[in-house]
Amino acid sequence: MTATREPGGDLLFRMEGISKRYGGVRALENADLPVQAGRIHAILGENGAGKSTLIKIMAGVVAPDEGRMLMDGREVSFASPAEANAAGIACIFQELSLIPDLSVADNIAISAPPRRFGLIDRKAQRRLAEEALARAGADDIHPRTLVKDLPLSRRQMVEIAKALARNPRILILDEATSALTASDVAKVFAVLKRLRAEGMALLYISHRMHEIAELADDCTVFRNGRKVATYAAGTRSDAEVVEMMIGREYSNVFPPKPARARTGETPILELRNLSWGERLRDISLTIARGEVVGLGGLDGQGQRELLLALFGVLRGCTGEVLVEGKPVRVSSPAQARSERIGMALIPEDRKTEGLMLPMTVRENLSFAALDRVSRAGVIDKTQEDRRIEEMVRLLAIKTAGVDIPVGALSGGNQQKVVIAKWLMRGPRIILLNDPTRGIDVGTKQEIYALLRRLADDGASILFYSTDYDELIGCCDRVLVLYDGQVVNTLEGDGITEHALIASALNIGDRIRAQGGAA
Amino acid sequence: MKEWRYLVAENRGTLLAVAIFVAIFIIYTANHPAGLTANVAQTAANKGVLLAFVAMAQTMVVITAGIDLSVGMIFILTNCLASWLVVGTPGETALGVVAVLLCGLLCGALNGAIVIFGRLQPIVATIATGAIYFGIALMLRPFPGGSVNEDLADALTGKLFGIIPSSLVVLALVVLVVWVPFSRSLYGRTAYAAGSSEAAAYMSGIPIGRSKFLAYTLAGLLASIGGLFLTFFTYTGEAAFASGNAYTLFSIAAVVLGGVSLFGGRGSVIGAIFGALAFRTIGDLLFVFDFDPLWQPLFQGVVLLVAVSLGAFGLFRVRNRLEWFL
Repeated sequence: MTATREPGGDLLFRMEGISKRYGGVRALENADLPVQAGRIHAILGENGAGKSTLIKIMAGVVAPDEGRMLMDGREVSFASPAEANAAGIACIFQELSLIPDLSVADNIAISAPPRRFGLIDRKAQRRLAEEALARAGADDIHPRTLVKDLPLSRRQMVEIAKALARNPRILILDEATSALTASDVAKVFAVLKRLRAEGMALLYISHRMHEIAELADDCTVFRNGRKVATYAAGTRSDAEVVEMMIGREYSNVFPPKPARARTGETPILELRNLSWGERLRDISLTIARGEVVGLGGLDGQGQRELLLALFGVLRGCTGEVLVEGKPVRVSSPAQARSERIGMALIPEDRKTEGLMLPMTVRENLSFAALDRVSRAGVIDKTQEDRRIEEMVRLLAIKTAGVDIPVGALSGGNQQKVVIAKWLMRGPRIILLNDPTRGIDVGTKQEIYALLRRLADDGASILFYSTDYDELIGCCDRVLVLYDGQVVNTLEGDGITEHALIASALNIGDRIRAQGGAA
Repeated sequence: MKEWRYLVAENRGTLLAVAIFVAIFIIYTANHPAGLTANVAQTAANKGVLLAFVAMAQTMVVITAGIDLSVGMIFILTNCLASWLVVGTPGETALGVVAVLLCGLLCGALNGAIVIFGRLQPIVATIATGAIYFGIALMLRPFPGGSVNEDLADALTGKLFGIIPSSLVVLALVVLVVWVPFSRSLYGRTAYAAGSSEAAAYMSGIPIGRSKFLAYTLAGLLASIGGLFLTFFTYTGEAAFASGNAYTLFSIAAVVLGGVSLFGGRGSVIGAIFGALAFRTIGDLLFVFDFDPLWQPLFQGVVLLVAVSLGAFGLFRVRNRLEWFL
């Protein structure tokens, strides 16, 4: 192996015409992907572009609807992650696949622990784990530590060691560096380059452009489930790549934003220097009456934690929260939703945190507002019916009746029920955690219109979305978070896809550092 | 960190259970009119091992994040069966023992098949199978009766070399023959992994279904060893409903006391054994203090509550309240 890479090394694996749908949502459409030995192939694309589906298919987690996969020229199919593993494909997932209650060594050796007389040989396993950790550049981790006692960045290193212990021919890294510290990233990069030199094929999924520039030999861009292009690294400019990721299709799905001056008004919600451990650092923000403020940035930079902190779920937060200029303490969701504060949180996962799926639409709708429709602790049925009918009409919830289980509704209508449930309380401050994930375009559009209407009626909205288009289309202002900090605030016409991506990747770091030093 | 610290960290629950047992047992023997004699130890051991076997059975299932509410009934069913079969010549007796153990294995395998392949919830599935096992026990022994090979019974409930309680020796042997291989096999490892995070275990491509099935099956086997010992102590078989239920519930208490997490993935059979012995000793404490026996359930409940609270301190460190529900 030489340091310079020839285009077109040995073709190890190929995907041809792979498609996958989830219900009505097209996740991947007719995708082709060549994977060559001894090369690092970067996969680029926005959230929801189909990257995750692609690697899940390669890793045997989901089966494709159409298309075929070839390994060494022979057609293969994987019914389970175990089969993909056996074929020589190891994957480092974004959601970790480690067992929290087992030790590091147990985890590294989990799929095929060394055995003597049929029993696991602890000593051999220990050696194997130490070797794998050393190979991953993480020999500071003791193999006997329980995984749950390790911080996230160390767990990620264990995950990498675990994949290496299987001696894969193809290694897939899905945002594997997102939780790592800078020094770990450098170590991992050195490891990846060595593996490449040893002839391994690597698929590298990342949002971080500079990482891809440093590592990749080939790049493939996906958008909306389709492959846009495969090209040799370094042959396209950053601007061209970003354009390929965004595409140029824009349509009028967003309601118009009002032009307003909001000077001198007391903000409805104000945060001063909110911190929570390492995850939220010194966050200050204000939201005026009728304003829609977005939270942007890469996934997992503290946006969820910020919403949870506001809603009283996190313990040990420091800083000040003011509602209409008055300091408040919120230490539980029950307090957050009280009349005094009037907050509502539309949670990220409607199936676990938003709805009781087997219960009826009626019950789900009135949970959060039972105190508003009861007198002396007894539910006033007429009033409840009236309010529920109002909500079903307001949000155009398509349901065969309010007495069927909410689980029987489509995803979009379920999400409407979650939103309606909180609107029944008439909240002043509405926090939304990625509310349009996994729902159809039509419903998305209705939700955008609803948010603007609520704002016009005086609500203050804090809106986290992983979809840049949404932030641009819906928000009056967008705060971009990186590593638990607000790194940039975009306003009005300044909210553009380029600006969002640039701030999310924190490319502006150098410029600001210079400005600060001057 | 030093190696021994990892050993302590890995076995924290088990060590806590041992400590609780030792503390309670010292209080018990210190106040016992006879002190710690071979006879006192023998009686305590014989009372303790019954629950210990059932608690071991419960542990196997709880590790996989399941629960087995039929262990007490398997215990009763095998007791009734043993009172028919474990009799006669040494050869016949041996065959009888094998048949009883097989019966336990079968009961456990049925539980496992229903839960894993039928995808029913462990709680409901084992309530139903428990009722079935008790029904069969009733048919075997509508009235208490039967007998057992008394030579074998006396040997296994007596003292070895006049000092060591034989029942404890058998308990240790069972741990060596059943638990040690299981916990060090790929299946045991997988059972823990599935209990800790089934999704991650699936992603790691390990045999979840087979491992859980094995855990349920071995649970049946362990409960039947308990049933055998019950027969050795009582010389009879009795389809005692209340006793079966009590053993099921006590086994859960013993398991928690023994540092096994009801959420799965954590703990060991060794801890559960000490949990069971501690639980039994708590029940006997009153007698050495000469209190009215009517106080026993109340007192036992209070001590149990205090003991299990020791394991709950971790919750005070949680910083994201949503983690309370994980």
